[in-house]
Amino acid sequence: MTVPGPWYLVLAAVLFSVGATGLLVRRNILVMYMCIELMLNSVNLTFVTFARMLNDLGGQDSVFFVLVVAAAEVVVGLGIIVAIYRRRSGATADDVSSLKG
Amino acid sequence: MLLAASNAASTSGADLANASAWAVYAVGATISMLGAFGVVLLRNPVHCALSLVMTIFGIALLFIDESADFLAAVQIIVYGGAIVILFLFVIMLLGVDRREPRRQDKMRGLTPVAIVVSLVALISLLVLTQVRFWATGAKASTEALNGPGENVQKLGQSIFTAYLLPFEMTSALLVIAVVAAVVLVRRGPQSGPETQRKTAARPPTSQESHRPGTPVR
Amino acid sequence: MNAAYAIVALPLLGFVINLVLGRRLGEPAAGWVGTAAAGGSFIASLVVWVTMLGKPAGERVTDLNIFTWFPVAGLHANAGLQMDPLSITMALFVTGVSTAIHMYSIGYMHRDPGFDRFFVYLNLFLFSMVVLVLADNFLFSFLGWEGVGFCSYGLVGFWFQREVAAVAAKKAFVTNRVGDVGFLLAMFLMFAHFSSLNYSAVLGTVVKGHATGLLTGTPGAIDGTTATAITLLLFLGAIGKSAQIPLYIWLPDAMEGPTPISALIHAATMVTAGVYLMARVAPMLHYAHATSWVVACTGAGTAFLAATIACSQDDIKKALAYSTVSQLGYMFLAIGAGDYVDGIFHMLTHAFFKALLFLAAGAVIHAMANRQDMKQMGGLAKYLPLTALTFAVGWLAISGIPPLAGFWSKDAILSSAWGMNKVLWAIALVTAGLTAYYMSRQFALVFTGQARWKEARPAEVHEASGPGLPAVAHEEAQPRDPTWTMAVPLVVLAIAAVLGGGINFPAWHFNFLSHFLSPIFPAATGATVSTGTKWALSVVTTAVALTGLGLGLTTWRTAAHPKLEPNFLRKAWYFDDIVSATVSGPLTAMANALAFVMDTKVVDGVVNGVATSLGLSGRVLRKLQNGYIRSYALGIGVGLVVVLVYLTFRTGS
Repeated sequence: MTVPGPWYLVLAAVLFSVGATGLLVRRNILVMYMCIELMLNSVNLTFVTFARMLNDLGGQDSVFFVLVVAAAEVVVGLGIIVAIYRRRSGATADDVSSLKG
Repeated sequence: MLLAASNAASTSGADLANASAWAVYAVGATISMLGAFGVVLLRNPVHCALSLVMTIFGIALLFIDESADFLAAVQIIVYGGAIVILFLFVIMLLGVDRREPRRQDKMRGLTPVAIVVSLVALISLLVLTQVRFWATGAKASTEALNGPGENVQKLGQSIFTAYLLPFEMTSALLVIAVVAAVVLVRRGPQSGPETQRKTAARPPTSQESHRPGTPVR
Repeated sequence: MNAAYAIVALPLLGFVINLVLGRRLGEPAAGWVGTAAAGGSFIASLVVWVTMLGKPAGERVTDLNIFTWFPVAGLHANAGLQMDPLSITMALFVTGVSTAIHMYSIGYMHRDPGFDRFFVYLNLFLFSMVVLVLADNFLFSFLGWEGVGFCSYGLVGFWFQREVAAVAAKKAFVTNRVGDVGFLLAMFLMFAHFSSLNYSAVLGTVVKGHATGLLTGTPGAIDGTTATAITLLLFLGAIGKSAQIPLYIWLPDAMEGPTPISALIHAATMVTAGVYLMARVAPMLHYAHATSWVVACTGAGTAFLAATIACSQDDIKKALAYSTVSQLGYMFLAIGAGDYVDGIFHMLTHAFFKALLFLAAGAVIHAMANRQDMKQMGGLAKYLPLTALTFAVGWLAISGIPPLAGFWSKDAILSSAWGMNKVLWAIALVTAGLTAYYMSRQFALVFTGQARWKEARPAEVHEASGPGLPAVAHEEAQPRDPTWTMAVPLVVLAIAAVLGGGINFPAWHFNFLSHFLSPIFPAATGATVSTGTKWALSVVTTAVALTGLGLGLTTWRTAAHPKLEPNFLRKAWYFDDIVSATVSGPLTAMANALAFVMDTKVVDGVVNGVATSLGLSGRVLRKLQNGYIRSYALGIGVGLVVVLVYLTFRTGS
């Protein structure tokens, strides 16, 4: 007997919303990125929970791939961040607004 | 593991297993939540990275609680051991370990709006978990979670048979990501140690001497 | 019936050849091509006519289908030709007069830069006219009807660099179109009633109805109201085409075109199309007594009105134009009186002498270095003997002096008018006198009396010639008789004008035309006039004509009689001015209002408003793209919330 599924789902939902709030509120680009990772983690938790609830291994396979892709995404994303923010120290996300219409 | 343990135990052991399951959940949940709030609220980005590590650990604990053992291990190794390390590298490299100046926030009204949006999303999600339940009950395309065999074994089997294509594609994706990262951070043909010294010794250009917070033309 | 195809095909061929190769053929080859086409068409008409004569009287109607033109649901209008006595009569004189005028034009349009274009139009006109008279259904005939209208436009505005000519061409076309509305409405009615537009179907039914005496009850038979409506509408079309009141205003202005055009189109052929149309629907007209009265009264009124105006015109061609309007009125009077044969007879004789008069006038204009004011001419008989002689023949013919052609036809019409209504007869008689008077005036002013042209200044050169013709210095040339290409048609037409009466000589079984045409027309109703009365009437008519002739000749030995030419008549009873004030004034105002108020403000306002609003909305929406990542992320978040809320509150899964 273990904790019923919906508890985990609630926890994942809370983690997700916290991550979303952080993404919108923080201006340091790296912290924003970390909030994205937080959201991804909450999704992983949801997948695993449903794998357990539905007795399907596919949920865990999905988490596996999400993990791999998240890793690749972090690599490329951080490369971009380095490329953009290399010259400007102390720059925030609001400073790269040259694409404004 | 815990399920097996709880199954083997007697009803009195079942109470103990039950309680221990709840205890594990409580601990894992607390750690994750604390870490999450830390990421969002702490000022120093290094502190945020460390909070992220805490969250990852908490979630790994919850994975174990849900008998996703392999994933818990992978989570700690990949996320905590590689991704957060990368984050810390970049934080150090870019020198963004100072505080964010709050006064120069261009979108001051965003914070309350963001909080409201997130709260509404959260409440909707919570309602959805309880009120709506769309599990279709379709047949598992892979094996049942509770079937015979270890978790790792079953996971490996499903990856290399049912999910072979995604597996190969993600492998390729990783390679591409590495190549992309290398290309992105190249400084061009003159990126040797002499030019680096020269660029360091050059007087700051207009771009570097701009006031932080103003848009760069 | 291969010859029948040739009648239509040869002018079309000439048109195409001149259109493609005209410029290369140049002068005068293009002209000879056109004349050959017209001549060939005439010969083909002769062949068909002779063939028709060989057949007994009841079997002279042949129907030839060239191709299926309009196979729309219910309406089967084909491009077909109907060879019957009426159409072949029309074809004969149309192609004959046309050939003469083609030949004349070679000389007249000498050295005009638009020489080849002229013959292109002429051949196209001949083709359209032949289609008009030979068609076997109203729709195909309407094609020809419109075709001649178009060619009239192109030819009246031939020297389009002159603004007056361009305006006159437009006026001609537009006025014609007003009449065409009537033709179209009539066709709609016909189709609604008979479900067909073929002559055989529409008129055959009516004739059958007449033969059995049934007016209603049999399918396809026609009742008086429908017949009246159809014929009235057709008459409206005829009014436009044949220049009766109130749509005659275009004909005098159409004299801006070259003189051969005035001769061909506005004397002999196109304007007679209306008369032909009314003659064609004679079986239906038989039932529409109201229309017959309208036709007759309009004809008489027009004849009188135009004759009065012609008495005070100075321009040689305008006088002849009003004369044409007047004579057309006579033809309609005959049609209205039920005497269709004489209407056609007068059309024939009028074609001869009016074309002759116009061509002779053209010779005079040429000789006078393109001056057209009769008050500046005079005493030309000495210098232009042939022209004077032929003009005199035409003059006597139109005045109704026996034994020339005009006498016979006019006389027949007058006796029919007597049989219909004495008042109409009186009007027609007075008009006959006026005709003699003004034609004598014209002859006297041009050919007799003092040679006023010798003192004329060169600035009087009338710009009727196009920009291409060289200005003639006034010390130059004596007026001379025209070249042979212009003289031969004059002579031929003069002979026709003299002998033309023989076509329908009312006695000694020479009334050939009546016999030829009588199977087509229903018997004339109304009181038959006894032969004695007819002789008496002819004597009266001749006396009146001679009086008018004498008056004209004597009065106009000198050119200055301002009292006899009141402004009222000079300005054509102010009719043009009335039309301008009542019709074109308000129309122009309305057009201006629509163009400058509604179009620029309303329509453009709406269109520009759409563009402006789009720009405005773009400017507003642009604020969404402020370049800040966080606001974009907020957008994503809001979208997410919307979806979640929707999913939460959705009823039913």
